[in-house]
Order: sequence, then structure tokens, then C-alpha cells
Amino acid sequence: MKIVVLVKQVPDTWGDRTLTSSGVLDRQASESVIDEINERALEVALSYQDSNDAEIVALTMGPASATDVLRKCLAMGADSAVHVVDDALAGSDLGWTSAAIAAAISKAGYDLVIAGNESTDGRGGVIPAMVAEHLGVPHLTFLTSVEISPERISGERDTENGTVSVHAALPAVISVTERSAEPRFPSFKGIMRAKKKPLDVLTIADLDPDILSGMGRSVVLTATQRPARSAGTKVVDEGNAGNQLAEFLAAEHLI
Amino acid sequence: MSNVLVLAEVSNTGQIRNSAGMLLAAASSLGTPVAVVAAAPGAGAALVEPLGALGAQLVYVAETDQVDVLLSSPQVEALVAAAHALTASTILLANSADGRDVAARLAVRLTAGLAIDAIGVREENGRIVATHSVFGGSYTVESAFDGEVAIVTVRQGAIEGKADAAIPTVTTESISVDAASSGVIDAVHEAVTATDRPELRAATTVVSGGRGLGSAEKFVLVEHLADALGAAVGASRAAVDAGYVDHALQVGQTGVTVAPQLYIALGISGAIQHRAGMQTAKTIVAINKDADAPIFDIADFGIVGDVFTVVPQLIEAIGKRTS
Repeated sequence: MKIVVLVKQVPDTWGDRTLTSSGVLDRQASESVIDEINERALEVALSYQDSNDAEIVALTMGPASATDVLRKCLAMGADSAVHVVDDALAGSDLGWTSAAIAAAISKAGYDLVIAGNESTDGRGGVIPAMVAEHLGVPHLTFLTSVEISPERISGERDTENGTVSVHAALPAVISVTERSAEPRFPSFKGIMRAKKKPLDVLTIADLDPDILSGMGRSVVLTATQRPARSAGTKVVDEGNAGNQLAEFLAAEHLI
Repeated sequence: MSNVLVLAEVSNTGQIRNSAGMLLAAASSLGTPVAVVAAAPGAGAALVEPLGALGAQLVYVAETDQVDVLLSSPQVEALVAAAHALTASTILLANSADGRDVAARLAVRLTAGLAIDAIGVREENGRIVATHSVFGGSYTVESAFDGEVAIVTVRQGAIEGKADAAIPTVTTESISVDAASSGVIDAVHEAVTATDRPELRAATTVVSGGRGLGSAEKFVLVEHLADALGAAVGASRAAVDAGYVDHALQVGQTGVTVAPQLYIALGISGAIQHRAGMQTAKTIVAINKDADAPIFDIADFGIVGDVFTVVPQLIEAIGKRTS
């Protein structure tokens, strides 16, 4: 089985994240890391590979610096990596992103595509189902548990209204939540071996030059930073803080 | 006025999901609100009156016997059919798990522009403009669309107000759905909502508890304060990971984003990932033993103290004021 795991380089959620006024991520302003959810997606693939015959490809689209996240995936155990990088894709919306990723997946070949349920930066959560539509295959998204077999995939889908048991025939695209798997750490041996694993770099011309033509687009008009919140009243409880808080809430007409 | 389509999500027991009201309210500000439902043959009729009460002037019922069997594709086909039949160029869906999946596939099918998680949507010079709150509310971003069709998912609870009730006209069409490219629903386990508390995403007051509560048993303190205030209950990821409460209550970067009038954080340190889910609350109150907890940096009223002594006193004081 060939499994493609989608990964993304994102600004670290533990630090400040900055947009330019045109709404593009300021990559200089924060540390870039592999999105935590992608490590879980990769773990789902790796744990299948632990006891089954499988080839795992880590795939990302992003600037040159995104090589780092692919190296991390290779160190964790992915067999090869694909990096879609093209200046024409900078600032892509969801439509362009999904089209380019789907074209790269088609080129790589796949039985199963595994993604995180949503990235920590964009939080869109739509790329997996968009990719599935481009590929003409089923999607199962927001899975908290996954069972992979050679012909089909099944799992529990987490929604606002409860859980849903779902399955699909392969090939398919799935996305997993943070409850799906605890990722392993790369071993020293894994890190050393990662350096020799294949990493393909593809541009739009290597995929299909027509993939982006004719698509509607979402375009950012403005991006405005909100004023930072400042601390208000802070009291140390000396036996009466609960009453003081009640007075504050009453004065603010909140009770 | 142009037709604005809204996907009305319906449970497998025929209940219209809460998001329909908010979406129809948004649609009524843009054009003629049209509710689109995918329903089993004959099941759509019962939905017409309630959708009219929520503001739908037209209800487009797309009938297929696959509606409770196939994942997303009945709704995608319903919207494709409605968009063509009604020449609609704006389609609104909830930013729910189901709504996002449908919006995703629909956008590719219609080669439409897709904007997600809008907290507002308006028309400006003939263009649809969506407003988004990104990076946990640190930025406000406005987006528009190039192309003929705009698809927007709207954050649940983000839009207040209600469309005027209408007696809708009804169009019923039969649709066919391709099972081969669709996931299959085997069983639905609806969350048990035995609680009378408001829904977390839409609540005007939220009381959240963190690791500082110490155990699942002691977490009831959060519930007691929530009930005294008529509030929803939330939790930090640390409290969820420690098993105090269910994952569905997690507020933060990877959980629910809330923007209530009042947010009370009990025993929550306020890691940046938690703040990303609540820092746009109008008023923030924090109670924590640790005077250096980062939550105090954004709290309008902070108390350095023990939640187990401060909160009971607060509940008693609230009781005195309301009785």
C-alpha cells in the first residue's frame, strides 16, 4: 500500500504569529515548525507500516524552507518525500493549494492519503475533502480513530453533534484529529538515514501547467492587527475576592 | 434580489441543526434567503415550515434515498442542483465538520472561490466580502472573491440576529449521488445533550476550568459557577488531557473558539494556545493560585487565589444579588 501523508510548515503556536498587511504570513517573524497534527497523521501511517507492507511518502507544498518538515518526516520513518515549491504558488488560497497538492499526489501515486484535520495556522480543515474531490475519491475527515486494511478504511468521525462511524473503499483521502495517535520521536538512526532518502522537488511545470487556470479565488483585501489586550484589575484574595468579583460583574452588568 | 443559498444541516432524526438560523440571517442581508436540504424522499415536507420560521423564502428539497448513508455527497449534489436551478452565486454553510466537507467538495466542483470560518459576511459594491478572525483573534482579515461563485463557511454562533419569518415556496427535485466517490455512514452516535446549559460556541457567558481544578470530581466547581451564571462550560487542553472533561469542551487553538460577553477562567494558566481560543471575549476574568500565570496579562479582572475558596464565595454573592 502506498500512503501519502500531507504535511505543512506553520508558525509555532507557542510564539507570536504575524501577518503582513496583505494577509500573507510573515515567515521571518516567527519560528517555523512542522504542524503538530501532521506528526499524528504520519504516525497513523507509520503504525500501519510497522506490521504491514506499506510505502510512505511525505508531501508538502511551501517555500524552500519547508524542506525542514519533510526531513523531520523522513527521520520519523517516511520512505520518501515530495516538495511542491513554486513562486507562482506563494500566497495560494485553498483552491490553488488543493489543486497543486492533488496534482502532486496523482503524480506520486497513492492508495491512501492521510492529512491532519486542520492546520494550526489557517485552521481551514477543507484541504483534505477538496483534494478528494480533485482526485474523484471518497473522503473521511475528522477521524479520531482509524483502521486501515488493504481494501478499505474505517474509523470514528468527530463532529459537533457526536461521533459517526464511517468507512470508504480505497483509494481515499482521510484526515485525523489530535486524538488519533501519539507521534513517535525520530531515532538517531532515523535522523541519519533520513539524509539518504529521496526528496523530490516539483514545480507547477512538473505537474500540470493548467491546474490553476479557470478557478475562482478567495483574495485577501485587508489584514488588521487587533490591539493587544491589556491587564485590568488584579487582586490577591484576602478572604473577600469572591465578593469583589461579584461587585465587578454587577458593575459591568454581567450578572 | 439574487438568491443566496444556505445549506440547512439536518440530523438523521430530522432535526434542523442550529446553524440554519444564523446562516439564513446572514443570507437575508445579501439577497433572497434560500434553504437547501438533502432529504430522503418525502422527508423534506416536514422541514419547510420550520425553515420558513427561520427566514427561508424558498426551500429547495433535493431528494435521495442515500441521505443517511453517504457522507457529504448528498448535500454536495443538492447544492450543485440548487445553484444551477436558481442561478445562485453565493452559498453559505456552517463552519462545522459536515459543513466544511460539503463546502470543500462543492468549491472544487463549481470551481468557486472558498472562504472559511467567516465571522461576518456582507455585500460591498456588488462583491461578497467575508470577515475572519485569525490567529486566535490577533488579526481581522477581510476577503473577497474572484470568479462567479462565492462559497463561505460561517463560524457557528458568530452572527447574531434573525431573518424575518416567511411562508416559503418549495421546490422538490430528485438527485442522483455517486456512491463510488463517497464515504459511507455506518452508524451515528448523537452526543447526549442532557444538560440545560447553553451551547459552548454560542454562549454569552463561558466558565472554563483548567488543570488547577485537580481532578474530574473537583471539576464540578466549574459547572456550579456556570449554572449560577447560566453559562456554558469549557476547559483547557490540560484539563481535557488529564481526563477531567470530554474533548468537546476544549477551548483553544485545537478546540473550540469562543467569543462570549464574559469568559471566566478557573485554574487555567493561559498558555498561548488556550488564549487563541478565547482572547476575543469581551470581558475576561481569571482566578489562579499562580500570580505569574499569563492569563492575568489579558484578564480584565484577575484574582490571585484558590478557586475552591473564591468561587463558592462568588456563587453565594451571585445568589444574593439575583434572589
